[in-house]
Amino acid sequence: MEQQLDGQKPVQKASPEMIHSLFLINHSGDIFLEKHWKSVISRSVCDYFFEAKEKAEDPENVPPVLQTPHHYLISIYRGKLFFLSVVQTEVPPLFVIEFLHRVADTFQEYFGECSESVIKDNVVIVYELLEEMLDNGFPLATESNVLKEMIRPPTILRSVVNTLTGGSNVGDTLPTGQLSIIPWRRAGVKYTNNEAYFDVIEEIDAIVDKSGTTVFAEIQGVIEACVRLSGMPDLTLSFMNPRLLDDMSFHPCVRFKRWEAERVLSFIPPDGNFRLMSYHVSSQNLVAIPVYVKQNISFLETGSCGRLEITIGPKQTMGKMVEALMATIHMPKSVLSVSLTASQGSYTYDITTKILIWDIGRLNPQKLPNLRGSLSMQTGVPKPEENPSINIDLKIQQLAISGLKVSRLDMYGEKYKPFKGVKYLTKAGKFQVRT
Amino acid sequence: MSTAALYNDQGAAEAAVEAGQETTPTSSSSGAAFGLFSTDFKKNEDLKEMLESNKESLKLEAMKRIVQLISKGKNASELFPAIVKNVASKNIELKKLVYVYLVRYAEEQQDLALLSISTFQRALKDPNQFIRASALRVLSSIRVPIIVPIMMLAIKEAAADLSPYVRKTSAHAIQKLHSLDPDQKEQLIEVIEKLLKDKSTLVAGSVVMAFEEVCPDRIDLIHKNYRKLCNLLVDVEEWGQVVIINMLTRYARTQFLNPNINESLLEEGSGGEKMFYGSDEDEDEDEKEKKAEAAAIAKRKPYVMDPDHRLLLRNTKPLLQSRNAAVVMAVAQLYFHLAPKAEVGVIAKALVRLLRSHSEVQFVVLQNVATMTIKRRGMFEPYLKSFYIRSTDPTQIKVLKLEVLTNLANETNISTILREFQTYIKSMDKDFVAATIQAIGRCATNIGEVRDTCLNGLVQLLSNRDELVVAESVVVIKKLLQMQPEKHSDIIKHMAKLTDNIQVPMARASILWLIGEYCEHVPRIAPDVLRKMAKSFTNEEDIVKLQIINLAAKLYLTNSKQTKLLTQYVLNLAKYDQNYDIRDRARFVRQLIVPTEKSGALSKYAKKLFLALKPAPVLESPFKDRDHFQLGSLSHLLNAKAGGYQELPEWPEAAPDPSVRNVEVKESVPEWTKCSSREKRKEKKVEKPFYSDSEGESGPTESADSESDSASTTDSASASVSEESESGLESESEEESETEEEEEDKKEKKNQKKEPKKPVQESESEQSSEEEDRKPEKRSKKLKSDSESDSVEDEGSESESSPSESEDFESEAVVTKKKKAAESKPPSKSVRKEEKKEKKEMSLLDLDDFEPTPSPQVTPVNTLLSNSLATDLEGLSLSDSILSPATIIPSGALKNYELLHRITGEGLSVEYCFSRQPFSPDANMVAVQLQFTNNSTSDTKNLHMEDVRLQSGMRVKEFPEIELLPAGEMTSAVMGIDFCDSTQAANFQLCSHTKKFFVSIQPPVGELMRPVFLTENEFKKEQGQLMGMNEITEKLTLDVKCRNEHAIVQRVTTAANLSRVPCGSDKECSPPVPPPDYPVHRFAGRTVTSSSLVLVTVATREEGAAQLMVNCEKMVIGTMLVKDILLALTQ
Repeated sequence: MEQQLDGQKPVQKASPEMIHSLFLINHSGDIFLEKHWKSVISRSVCDYFFEAKEKAEDPENVPPVLQTPHHYLISIYRGKLFFLSVVQTEVPPLFVIEFLHRVADTFQEYFGECSESVIKDNVVIVYELLEEMLDNGFPLATESNVLKEMIRPPTILRSVVNTLTGGSNVGDTLPTGQLSIIPWRRAGVKYTNNEAYFDVIEEIDAIVDKSGTTVFAEIQGVIEACVRLSGMPDLTLSFMNPRLLDDMSFHPCVRFKRWEAERVLSFIPPDGNFRLMSYHVSSQNLVAIPVYVKQNISFLETGSCGRLEITIGPKQTMGKMVEALMATIHMPKSVLSVSLTASQGSYTYDITTKILIWDIGRLNPQKLPNLRGSLSMQTGVPKPEENPSINIDLKIQQLAISGLKVSRLDMYGEKYKPFKGVKYLTKAGKFQVRT
Repeated sequence: MSTAALYNDQGAAEAAVEAGQETTPTSSSSGAAFGLFSTDFKKNEDLKEMLESNKESLKLEAMKRIVQLISKGKNASELFPAIVKNVASKNIELKKLVYVYLVRYAEEQQDLALLSISTFQRALKDPNQFIRASALRVLSSIRVPIIVPIMMLAIKEAAADLSPYVRKTSAHAIQKLHSLDPDQKEQLIEVIEKLLKDKSTLVAGSVVMAFEEVCPDRIDLIHKNYRKLCNLLVDVEEWGQVVIINMLTRYARTQFLNPNINESLLEEGSGGEKMFYGSDEDEDEDEKEKKAEAAAIAKRKPYVMDPDHRLLLRNTKPLLQSRNAAVVMAVAQLYFHLAPKAEVGVIAKALVRLLRSHSEVQFVVLQNVATMTIKRRGMFEPYLKSFYIRSTDPTQIKVLKLEVLTNLANETNISTILREFQTYIKSMDKDFVAATIQAIGRCATNIGEVRDTCLNGLVQLLSNRDELVVAESVVVIKKLLQMQPEKHSDIIKHMAKLTDNIQVPMARASILWLIGEYCEHVPRIAPDVLRKMAKSFTNEEDIVKLQIINLAAKLYLTNSKQTKLLTQYVLNLAKYDQNYDIRDRARFVRQLIVPTEKSGALSKYAKKLFLALKPAPVLESPFKDRDHFQLGSLSHLLNAKAGGYQELPEWPEAAPDPSVRNVEVKESVPEWTKCSSREKRKEKKVEKPFYSDSEGESGPTESADSESDSASTTDSASASVSEESESGLESESEEESETEEEEEDKKEKKNQKKEPKKPVQESESEQSSEEEDRKPEKRSKKLKSDSESDSVEDEGSESESSPSESEDFESEAVVTKKKKAAESKPPSKSVRKEEKKEKKEMSLLDLDDFEPTPSPQVTPVNTLLSNSLATDLEGLSLSDSILSPATIIPSGALKNYELLHRITGEGLSVEYCFSRQPFSPDANMVAVQLQFTNNSTSDTKNLHMEDVRLQSGMRVKEFPEIELLPAGEMTSAVMGIDFCDSTQAANFQLCSHTKKFFVSIQPPVGELMRPVFLTENEFKKEQGQLMGMNEITEKLTLDVKCRNEHAIVQRVTTAANLSRVPCGSDKECSPPVPPPDYPVHRFAGRTVTSSSLVLVTVATREEGAAQLMVNCEKMVIGTMLVKDILLALTQ
């Protein structure tokens, strides 16, 4: 049907732009926003997507790329929303996926969250953003710093003022960043307090098997920066032990050649919050596993019950306190209810999703937290083949588990003395204990 | 008409409503949808009123509501007249919203839309670049055919705009215009051609995008911009990078030779899968022959990578560190499709990193990894564990990871993988379990050693509680058993028992088929199974019934005594089955196996028909052969060609003339010999229909020759070295031919020699001069003087007084010249030219659109270094003066050492040099480039290292085994040695298939370090911390030839792998200061293993006296280094 439009022109090959249209679809399958960068494509094209969504059951299992007779649908699932883009010609799928995530990130940054209601409330700003982010289907401005210069994020004060005075969201100056050699930073930044904070956050990804042996473990780290410095500061961040880092990716501001040669991060920072680098400490290095889990989950062959006992204790914590400890278990479908006692913290069991969450809190090495009790099972159903695996969450403040240490931060190019700070945090990433 | 079409577009229901109610625009049903406006009809009137009002705020409010309507996919087209008036509003937000509306509805309201055009035309002339750009953006987005000429004009003007941002917008507009009116293609290509020459990083991505859309087949437009694009790439914004990399991948496939050609030859034997006669059908016969010949030569010669090919690989590699997954993927596919096998490995790490990203990214990356693992399993093997599956992964990710794990399985890791699979089988996700069983089956077929283990494992699964698991196992076991049935009659027996319990039809059918097929292995059980099946026949599924008939037929043929009656019973049942397929089959089988009078000749062959040996199925990956699609593309993901997909061309048999890319370089690089000779050759092509003999050889063959002669390396860094030597050779041949040529030729050549000096900015001039190069010398002289004055202007200092690095090069050039041939022109002239060209390049640095092109005449290390320096400094936002090329030091050619003499090596000679490249597998190692030459008459095979004997702490990374070194050939390899910061030799045996030689590599102390970049301040600070014991001072008198700055830098950097510390960098803003009378030269580096700083200072005094100071924590290194440098400087 949508081809009729093409029919009216003498020669029409497939339209050349990369991203033709964007549809935002909520969890229940309503299209609540559409944006076309060129001719309009009927929203009926989304039916193919709904079909796939139906089939996949779990939204995570919807194939990100779908083929329809005339179009290709590339979608992402973020914050219970589907961002569905329509393309007509060959385009690297990751290009579109990455862009859609960038759009979602931008919404997140502008509105604090990326949800249906918030997008509906700010639909004009959303439209203005989309207009700037893509020109004829090709990404134009995706740096949030540049966008913020063109379109101001909403604040309560401004929205009040705007309604009174008819003021606008749109900045009236030319974004300086877009034109300079450093597109991520605008000119003329001024602060009274100049400060630069860096958070080294590491996540442990691990698979621990039944016997407590580590099947696989690695560390994924990021350095999140919050830099509020006036002028054009040129920063150099160096590490005590940069050789630990196995693989990394950088914010475009980082001078790659300097890193290659000297293993220091040299950059002119964007203004505000940004992710300076993410890195990977390979599984070749021994990864310290901060906690151990002793578990015994059994489903009895006869009768309709099972037993569960979990104890968590500290393993290699480098003398730090393990906090925000939490265990999540996806129970088999046949587990109807649980009756457990937790020596510490509290647990919840969601009957519909079959998820048992035990929120422990701080780990006390003197008195190990323990959860035990019985599971009541559906009768007449064979006992589950597999024991559910336990996902662990935890936090350790002031520790980078890989041992990475920032040695110093130097600033060039500006006269003032900035306030500097580094924080370390270790978290459990995809930390799974098989049972 | 257009309106109607668009209405149709809106979805049937809505369209009907809308079309029917022109006057009452929106139906109540749609009104309900946006709650806020309950009666929409009135609201739209409201909106009109608001738009007509004088208050900006009301208008703005109206526009906001209209945008809300549009965002919900509602029609607001009838408001067009009211809105279009506001296009010239002063309020920027209002204006922007009007633009949004205009772009959306202009196509259906063409006449009204024209009212707005003049506003945009005015805005196109606005002094503010941002307004110009946005006017062009909107103008080009209005899809109204009438304004095509206006758009064309606007695009052309914008393409010449001073602001790169506006030029970028014009590149975007090209695509829009092209889709609106494809007839404009020719004109648009002209604009693209122009924009491709643009040096701004802002423009590059967009124009390449336009190129890809409008004229992706015009690869010739890229030639001259190729090197520039490669060099700009790092600084282009990320989206542009993706487009450029994809385009360059295609380009490289048409222009360079397959770097794996030798390997593929070895693998394939004859290796003749490619056609000899490529795409250029119109070439005449002779050329084709030449081409084929050249290809044949190229095959026999060791492969030498085109420097431009290397440039691409080198400049894309850092982008693997990009935070943008699309960029990483683009580089990965580039490496996969273009890099030599040994280098592809670098992408694995980056791709594995992407597995931490969003699940959609994982999905795409895993698809591509799956394809890669089939071709290059080795590169992902170290990351095996990263593909382990978590119970929380979505099923589609799990299945893909499983695919990768299966592809990675080999003899060494299979036990680990199988153990892992065992945990997966217990998963609650049954689809995933089924996939795992399939995977086990594939592992078992591919790896003979574990077949039995797998089979046993699968048999155990037969007792699984879950029927799906059992069924899947049966199917897989069936396939496995087909491979060696005789060994496994007990398994077949076991499976026969299963028929009582298992209900999944596919599994039952599989079991029955197995029993029938191998009934002679289970002679007693088979009839019994048939008996049971006959009993339950009517209740079975169709596929099971068919297999029962099959089983009956097979048993009847082998064991008719026991089964005759049973078979007849089954056939009778089948005769009255509801399914006609089954009735058919029964009839057919009966005719075939039961002998009657009427039965024809066929029944004699019944046994052969039914019990023929069936080939075992091959369990293949669904990702096999997917790599004929460019990886990372949509087509690859879908495994089907998507619209607009550009095929990835096959490698050419013989590389097209590499000189086509030279033009740009010619202007900025003083390699006049090469340019002129190439130019000349090109010209002759035009003049003569056929190649003459002396010139028939194509570029790459020649370069291969020169490569072997100069004994230089094939590594990236050596690219320029090879170029140099190549140019030398070429000039020789040119000289030879010249004697035969007419006087006219000489004139031409002179012309061309002057060409390179034309200002870079004037891109047209080079074309014009090409056209006019027949004109007498006068013109070229004029040009020359032009360029002279230009360079003086730019540089602002006298060419003679400037301490130029070119001197060094120049002297080399002079030597070559003197040696090679008697030039008609006095050398001094060329020297002067040389200098000026060099200066030309310096002046480039002063431009705004500074392009960090590493000039090819700089030797290996410095190509990298200069590049990094340039980008570093650029980022530092220091004034350009610091970029003065004094910081970029050319070091002399790499020194070669002998590892194995031809005599002792019985025909095999090996030389080595320290390539000064970072050794990528291990940064702590020194890269040693080995050059093997087989001087004997027989081939040498399996060259490899053995019996490495090292001092404690030292480590060696062996070079990959060289499988074959044919007689008379040479090849090279790179190994890495961690010398532990000592000059101890690394001893090892070099083994061929017949012989062993003891050899040792001992590094000069200068090679134990790598250059680091320090500013003068940093240098001084570091120096301050390395006093006392760590400081060694020596007085010396400089060699007579070594009293200028350049020679000193040259000699020190030759002696030790150090980098020059730019002097005067602490005075950031001052213009280039005249050098002090007695300059101090500083060099910095770090030892490779321990990263200790090495600081060298050469302070010159009057009359060639100088003081050498080395600061280094490692005193031994310091002392040795002092000796070496002393020697180098005094000689």
